[in-house]
Amino acid sequence: MFVTYLRRELAGRRKQTAIVAIGMALAIALVIIVNAVSSGVQLAQATVLGSVYGVGTDITVNLTPTAPAEGDAAGGPQKFDFGAADGTTADGTTSVSQARLSAGWGTFTFDQAALGTVSAVDNVSAAAATLSLNNTTFNGALPGSQTQGTPPAGGATPPDGGPDGAGGSSFNVDSFSVLGLDPADEAVGPLSAVTLTDGRSLTSTDAGANVTVLDSSYATTASLATGDTVSIAGTDFTVVGLVTAATADADTAANVYIPLDVAQTLSGLTGQISTVYVQAASSTDIAQVQADIEKALPAATVDTQADLASSVSGSLASASDLVKNLGLWLSLIVLAAAAFLIAILSTISGVTRRTREFGTLKAIGWSNGKIVRQVADESLVQGPLGGAAGIAIGLLGILVINLVAPTLTAGATSVAAAGPGAGFGAGGPGGAGPGFGGAAQAAATSDIVLSAPVTASVILLAVGLAVLGGLLAGVIGGWRASRLRPAEALRSIA
Amino acid sequence: MYELSNVTKTYEQGKRTVTALSDVTLSIPDGQMVAIQGPTGGGKSTLLQMLGALDRPTEGTIELGEANLSKLGDGKLGRIRAREISFVFQSFNLIPTLSAQDNVETALALLGVRSTLRKERAAAALASVGLGDRLGHLPTELSGRQRQRVAIARALVKEPTVLLADEPTGNLDEETRDEIMDLLEGLWQAQGLTLIVVTHDTAVARRARRRLLIKKGVLTEGA
Repeated sequence: MFVTYLRRELAGRRKQTAIVAIGMALAIALVIIVNAVSSGVQLAQATVLGSVYGVGTDITVNLTPTAPAEGDAAGGPQKFDFGAADGTTADGTTSVSQARLSAGWGTFTFDQAALGTVSAVDNVSAAAATLSLNNTTFNGALPGSQTQGTPPAGGATPPDGGPDGAGGSSFNVDSFSVLGLDPADEAVGPLSAVTLTDGRSLTSTDAGANVTVLDSSYATTASLATGDTVSIAGTDFTVVGLVTAATADADTAANVYIPLDVAQTLSGLTGQISTVYVQAASSTDIAQVQADIEKALPAATVDTQADLASSVSGSLASASDLVKNLGLWLSLIVLAAAAFLIAILSTISGVTRRTREFGTLKAIGWSNGKIVRQVADESLVQGPLGGAAGIAIGLLGILVINLVAPTLTAGATSVAAAGPGAGFGAGGPGGAGPGFGGAAQAAATSDIVLSAPVTASVILLAVGLAVLGGLLAGVIGGWRASRLRPAEALRSIA
Repeated sequence: MYELSNVTKTYEQGKRTVTALSDVTLSIPDGQMVAIQGPTGGGKSTLLQMLGALDRPTEGTIELGEANLSKLGDGKLGRIRAREISFVFQSFNLIPTLSAQDNVETALALLGVRSTLRKERAAAALASVGLGDRLGHLPTELSGRQRQRVAIARALVKEPTVLLADEPTGNLDEETRDEIMDLLEGLWQAQGLTLIVVTHDTAVARRARRRLLIKKGVLTEGA
């Protein structure tokens, strides 16, 4: 009887059933789509971060910058000092050259013992140290000593010598970023974010060896290939491989990768590192690992991927903000207003319209409990009906998004250096040249195709919301029906 | 048997108190057919609701057999309505989405009658009012006369001891009115139940063996 009544009511009051179900369906579809897009944006964000910080990296540890003490020259501008006997002179022109490998501006180094400290923290599954450096080479040509100084008496002899033969000078500054890393650590850190395109990567046997792996973009610009030799701090390194970023356009963390111990020796930063990359045992351990590292290394800045996410810029960041700020609010508002509210109001309205019906049933002897159950059951069926439709609409929406595959651009700030060939000319007539090229902040940019993944949890969430919406409407509608006194219900229609 | 002693019923309408029934004392033996007449707003329907255990008096007592209807809780009143009291309304009050047979079955749904027997009894009740061939029809597919017959079948299917009819012919033409009253009177005689009819219609009231008049909440025996 009750099932027949339920079935006939739902079929007989199609309009109300449709309104409740459609409201519920649209809201649930929106929740599914927003959740899927949100997951897609987070995946895209993780891809960008992975390309910069390493795929498996959960946490990075750096030294917190502090103001230099008075008289402390560390961190000041680089200088190239040449003695009177430096350089080689030929044809009235003295050529000088000097290379320097040092921590770039904005990079702070700390004791390598921190790596051991971090590795000892509970739930750290892997940790790798790197030393971020800049190799700057100064090349110059200037007039020989005999052509400089006070002109001969009479002053009529014009200056000569120098690269232009008229007493002028020319200087060239070449700079690129160098990352020293432990060749044995491939699971975490910058090398985990790159793809080998030629040759081989660094291996544990490369420790102490003058071998290097180049970023393929840098190699192209510098006309270098596997097997060539590249000079770093005046030392020749053999190029053993080329790597490229995991994503299409993102830069890797450096132009040149060399073994950590070699980098420390050449830069004079023995036992020093600039960053520790940490992988937690599981995502649920990240907060604990971060807290423990902060406690063990009070002077360090400990960033998680969530912190790093703030460095992602571009339309991906906009999309992320949109999803976080607008999308979730929108879905909540629509869910509350368009679904739950419509379902509840519609159910209450239906109860009011059915005052005579419920009054009659009570007059016949139906208990409050039976009538409440009747109303609640109707709503409970309408909810999942809407839920099923909502899941279908939501999946359709996700399919459309995945077919359209909108592209988002993203940037993540990383320390990089200008490419080769930057330099300046000065001195003699006509000697003005282009600006100085040095270490700088560069942005790794990526085009990420947004995909909206469908997960079982999203479907379960939708089903849960449908049941909850139906239950809520049913309980409130049933409560309303139970409040009807049979005499009043019948009197209202007398 | 009904026993009403000094029954008063008042309602609050804003700041005003309306007296619908005033000190009504009444006794109705089992099996009697009673007509209650009176002007609109005189208290007829209120009295019927008190007799039907749909409401409780503000003062006084109402007894149906051993049960004191003025003291029982909602649950017990509901059970008494389910087993002993039936209603026939002026507007038929059928469930619009249910067929004639389903509507009649609603009166048996709470009595623990098995589905097969319930359907058989509903079909038999409809046949007894001349609607044996309309079992699957919705109320909207039936005429006013047929709808009231369905309502009567619903009222009688559970074999109550009391049948309360509130203007049962109010929405019907004269010919149909007589037909419905013939039906009700025949069933009353056949089943020996107590039949109480509230009506404006003197022609309907004249059929009753006892006539009561209620005006401004005060009940008097009719001529």
